[in-house]
Amino acid sequence: MSLESSGVPTVAVHTNVFARIARAVALANGMPRTRQAFVPQPVVGRSPAELRAYIEGNDAVSGRPFMQEVIEALSRPLDEEDLKGATFERATPRLLEPDSEENLQELFIRNRWTDFLPIVLPTEERVERMLKGTSHPPDKIVGRLRPTAFREYWEFTVEKVAVNAVMAGARPEYFPVILALAATGQTARSSSTTSFATISVVNGPIRNEIGMDSGVGVMGPYNHANATIGRAYSLLSQNLQGGSVPGDTYLGTLGNWYGYTAALPEAEERSPWPPFHVDHGFKPTDSTVSVFFGSWYTHAGQGPRETWQSLLIRTLAATDHYLPPLIVMDPISARGFDSLGLNKGKLIAWCAEHARLPARDYWDNQWVQTLVHPLAVAGVEPHATRLKAKPDELLQLFWPEDIHIVVAGGETQGLWKIFGGRYGGRGPGAPAVVNPTMSVDAWR
Amino acid sequence: MDTRVTDRRVTVHDPRGYPPKVVGKRLAPRLQSLDGKVVYLVDCLFDNSGPFMEEMRQWFAEHLPKVITRVITPRESWVDDPDMRAKVEADGDAAILGVGL
Repeated sequence: MSLESSGVPTVAVHTNVFARIARAVALANGMPRTRQAFVPQPVVGRSPAELRAYIEGNDAVSGRPFMQEVIEALSRPLDEEDLKGATFERATPRLLEPDSEENLQELFIRNRWTDFLPIVLPTEERVERMLKGTSHPPDKIVGRLRPTAFREYWEFTVEKVAVNAVMAGARPEYFPVILALAATGQTARSSSTTSFATISVVNGPIRNEIGMDSGVGVMGPYNHANATIGRAYSLLSQNLQGGSVPGDTYLGTLGNWYGYTAALPEAEERSPWPPFHVDHGFKPTDSTVSVFFGSWYTHAGQGPRETWQSLLIRTLAATDHYLPPLIVMDPISARGFDSLGLNKGKLIAWCAEHARLPARDYWDNQWVQTLVHPLAVAGVEPHATRLKAKPDELLQLFWPEDIHIVVAGGETQGLWKIFGGRYGGRGPGAPAVVNPTMSVDAWR
Repeated sequence: MDTRVTDRRVTVHDPRGYPPKVVGKRLAPRLQSLDGKVVYLVDCLFDNSGPFMEEMRQWFAEHLPKVITRVITPRESWVDDPDMRAKVEADGDAAILGVGL
């Protein structure tokens, strides 16, 4: 669309499953008549002959010859509607029209404002009570969110966050944590086709003040604060960013159960190591929340046992190479590694050093091919050097700064789990999150 | 019941955030013909979009040989490349962008 604005007639080619989102993005950018043409899904994995058949076939949306669509898109004279552009404002009212509880519940479901589990209706009284959980005024702007890098940002206030916190069933004392999550600018409802979600980790005194539980079932439905804080983050993400609607603002092909709720407190008191937020410059007495983008894959293991090294190597090699690991480790496991002389930093360094994969496999990964390969071709290091590796040469998958460990769990077993979890949104193609660890105290 | 109920009707908040104002932008004037024009084929770097654009280049060469096609790539996927845009704007008459997944 930038090229069009500069006077270059343009047509964008998409696959047909992206038709709705492509048109929605064009509209939101004030250019609803942007020319588009569509080939069938998928393009990935298709041979040159199959791609040629797409080009010589019909447009997968209009049914007209594809290349005729393309050529006319660049040469058919503009009409009156094309010249208008589209300037408009979309208002969001503060309150909805009064109605019965039953009808309002239906309205929220119909408008896709819920996660299809029952919600608490955000009445004026309930929202007022939630707002008592912070000293910040209701009309203060908290931040902006969007489902992906090519969508427009939506803005929101303290009150709007409170509305979603009420819907999730959260209590006012949780509200500073929820506000801090909203202020990170990281959505928990990414529209990525890869079905990303976001895991959040709470540190500091706030965990105990509000009754979060870092013990048995820490990542399951066993604690009110854990469950509803994660759910509030998810609901506020979908509603404050402009939606999370399949085909329009959501395209995750498999979806992600972590999209319902994924918040946990670190078991700081039972960990042999400094808490996560202290590793990132905060004091132990600070309360924070940190966000890890991805939560796509999940692997698990036990130990350390006799073969812990090969187990970790196998598990790390099986991760998605584009998405670094967040390791959540039961205190039994953490103390076990610590007794082997591996503190957190040393264990992370060991993982980074030993998690390797043949270059052939690394470069064949779809995200590596899409996001890292262009950088390598452009000469950006270390990717350029790694691209020269022979197919069987083992490439390091992650750097120590990519890998993170959080200690949590009930000590009923020496277990660890590994999730895709990029801290700070770093990485090619991923917008950086300015404050991946946000002060909760600032939102009290 | 802690809600402000009037005849069993409840007032609740709208949960949505505030979208930005959309400012309309005009499309560029179209070309009368592509003959003799430079059409950039922008390979957006998604997996297999390179071969797709190569097939499109070959299609133009076979069916519309008077159209001058040039394949070009941005530096990164999904990230605006001002240098590439400047080149297309300076040297190109039209552009075809594609293609994802």
